[in-house]
Amino acid sequence: MDLILPDFGLLVWTGITFSLLLFLLAKFAWKPILNAVNTREQNITDALELAEKTKAEMQALKAENDQILKAARAERDQILKEAKEAANHMVEEAKGKAKDEAAKIVESARQNINSEKAAAMAEIKNHVASLSLEIAEKVVRHELGSDDKQKALATQLAGEIKMN
Amino acid sequence: MQQAGKFSSLLQIFVFALSFFVYQPFAKASEEENFNVGEMIMHHIKDAHEWHIAGPEHGGTSIYLPIILHDNGFKVFSSKYFYHGKEIEVPGKDSVTYTYMEGVGPAKGYALYHEEIYKLDKIGTSNGHAVYNLEFHGEHPHNASPTDLSITKNVASLLFGSLLILLIMFAVARFYRKNGAVAPKGLAKFLEPIIVMVRDDIAKANIDKHKYHKYVPYLLTIFFFIWINNMLGLIPIIPGGANLTGNITITLFLAFCTLLVTVFSGNKNYWGHIFWMPGIPVPMKIFMIPIELIGILTKPFALMIRLFANITAGHIIVLALISIIFINKNIAWAGLSVPMALFISVLEILVAFLQGFLFAMLSALFIGAAVEEAHH
Repeated sequence: MDLILPDFGLLVWTGITFSLLLFLLAKFAWKPILNAVNTREQNITDALELAEKTKAEMQALKAENDQILKAARAERDQILKEAKEAANHMVEEAKGKAKDEAAKIVESARQNINSEKAAAMAEIKNHVASLSLEIAEKVVRHELGSDDKQKALATQLAGEIKMN
Repeated sequence: MQQAGKFSSLLQIFVFALSFFVYQPFAKASEEENFNVGEMIMHHIKDAHEWHIAGPEHGGTSIYLPIILHDNGFKVFSSKYFYHGKEIEVPGKDSVTYTYMEGVGPAKGYALYHEEIYKLDKIGTSNGHAVYNLEFHGEHPHNASPTDLSITKNVASLLFGSLLILLIMFAVARFYRKNGAVAPKGLAKFLEPIIVMVRDDIAKANIDKHKYHKYVPYLLTIFFFIWINNMLGLIPIIPGGANLTGNITITLFLAFCTLLVTVFSGNKNYWGHIFWMPGIPVPMKIFMIPIELIGILTKPFALMIRLFANITAGHIIVLALISIIFINKNIAWAGLSVPMALFISVLEILVAFLQGFLFAMLSALFIGAAVEEAHH
């Protein structure tokens, strides 16, 4: 019968011990443990959320990057094309200019040469004329140095004149 | 192969450990010829003022626990003054004799009969010494009892178990305090899932999610108190082996705590359902009041009986199975009784957890019903 009858002494000790145990555990064990567990769970939830958010952000960023890259590539192609065109144009222009310049130079050189040539020719002509005169003078002077010779010449000249 | 070896060595340890508490009835059987199984089992599952370790009941190895009496002031002395006191036989009716231990030394004037302390009446003097007597009326002594606040076997077990829980939980708490909210290691790693289970599957599942936080410490304490003390009770030798959670006083106290928590947590909705059940005719409302009031008490009463009966039954079955050997007085019966006792002991490990879980679960359920908001 006393198996199912509560014992006063044991009840008192149980009351004291259990109350003390509950107080000490609640204050010094459950509180820090549950706090740590809750904090960690919160951290994990936050981290997962952040990861999800970051992933979405990354995706958006990647899409944006792709867009930018595509635009940049197009722009680069455009710029390259333009640059090539500009370069070609410049080269063409430079070529034309150079040709013109060269032609001009050649033309002016030719004119120069011609004028120089003409001047030289004139000078030579003058020179030749004076030389010829001088020679002729000298020859004449020589041929007509004596009376004999003057006579001989006059004879010769007279002989050459055919009386036809 | 290694696992089988491990298992067989565990088995050996278990049989060896069991031999400690079967040694007593074994010795007794050889002394007294007829071995009383019922008496041995009842002796084990009830409280005692000594903690018997080995050897025969009288003259074996025991730890004599302190006796604390309140009888015109406190009296503290060792229980060995009873166990090593005078053994007195009183002839009762129908040729039965009642044997009680009369205290000597500081225990003089008190007697111990079936682990209950009685005051002895002085009936005269003989050769200048006072003569005391314990008067029997039927099976029970007629004498008054002093208030017994002794550190009995159950109290010692209670203190040890509580200290163990404190040490374990403080170690876990220290880990978190030192390392912060990191992944648990060691003891914390083992206990955290259980703590989280109590919080989530017991408290959160049964109590309103805005209110459950308040009750988690109570539910955790009650769960670990029952579980660890159940496990200690399964260890056959000191400091285990006391039938603490199979003691009606302990289960009564725990159930009473749950009753108090429930009653003081009860909100308007809860009391409304008890004193004026909505949705039924007025005569029925009045009729339901006493039923609901009894219901408040039957719930913790069921908690009390469930834990008491489950744990006590487990102890009785293991002891009864081991007793097969001593009833038949043949060691060969160990071949049957030891495997059966082992099976039940393993089952009891499950029961130890389950009963702690159930007690906390049902407490949470009752608290949950008490704090539930009306939702009609």
